[in-house]
Amino acid sequence: MTKRHVEPIVWLLFSGGGVVASVFLPILIVLFGLAIPLGWVQPEYDHLHAVVSHWLTRLVFLGLVVLMLFHWAHRFRFTLDDGLQLRSFDRPIAVLCYGGALVGSMAALLIVLTI
Amino acid sequence: MSAPVTYRQPVSRLWWLKKRTYVLFVMRELSSVFVAWFVVFLMMMVFAIGRGEESYQKFMDWAASPVIVVINVVALAFSLLHTVTWFALTPQAMVVRGPGSRQVRAMKEVRVAGQWVPAATVVRVGGRLPASVVIASQYVGLVAVSAFITWLVLR
Repeated sequence: MTKRHVEPIVWLLFSGGGVVASVFLPILIVLFGLAIPLGWVQPEYDHLHAVVSHWLTRLVFLGLVVLMLFHWAHRFRFTLDDGLQLRSFDRPIAVLCYGGALVGSMAALLIVLTI
Repeated sequence: MSAPVTYRQPVSRLWWLKKRTYVLFVMRELSSVFVAWFVVFLMMMVFAIGRGEESYQKFMDWAASPVIVVINVVALAFSLLHTVTWFALTPQAMVVRGPGSRQVRAMKEVRVAGQWVPAATVVRVGGRLPASVVIASQYVGLVAVSAFITWLVLR
């Protein structure tokens, strides 16, 4: 019975995370996953630290991370259920996926609070 | 009463390799794994930035190692697949109404004390924006957000 009440919330988190990932992720991967590590651009550390520790950045960062983690959890759950025909294990898969997203969200909160 | 026993044709675990559209569907679903990967990557980076310049440099050295670069190139490809497919699905998932829409009175059924009863309501009709407009405006949003983040990081 509780499942019926939880389902719309995880759907909302899934689609919210989908929107956020589609708009924010490509540029974040280009900048922080490729351009900066490979030295195409080299922002000053002090500048990055200032940007990251601004309260608005922390808030946005936390929101993005939580939404995208639950987007992953929801989608990956059905990738396993349907893609690999593991529907009979849906319950433990769901617990692991949403539980993982919850743990990740807690970690993000800690990181944001202790920068 | 127990559930009726019905025959179900067994489905292979590799069913999605049978058609190109199935493969594309599974690729799209797999994009979430790379979303999660890069979220973890970003969290590690922000943590490193918080710990000081030295740990930030260490993180970027690690991020420049060939394995991580290859993973991030693949992650970028999957992330773009997610963006394109997500934008394309939005007009099917939601109705976006433009200036031509108007409110009309309508009836709907609501559940009161376990009974479905008619009730007056107001709904918005007309002025639905064409799918192409909805999709195009999302790309405008993507470009604006990307430009802003680039400016914020590199200024």
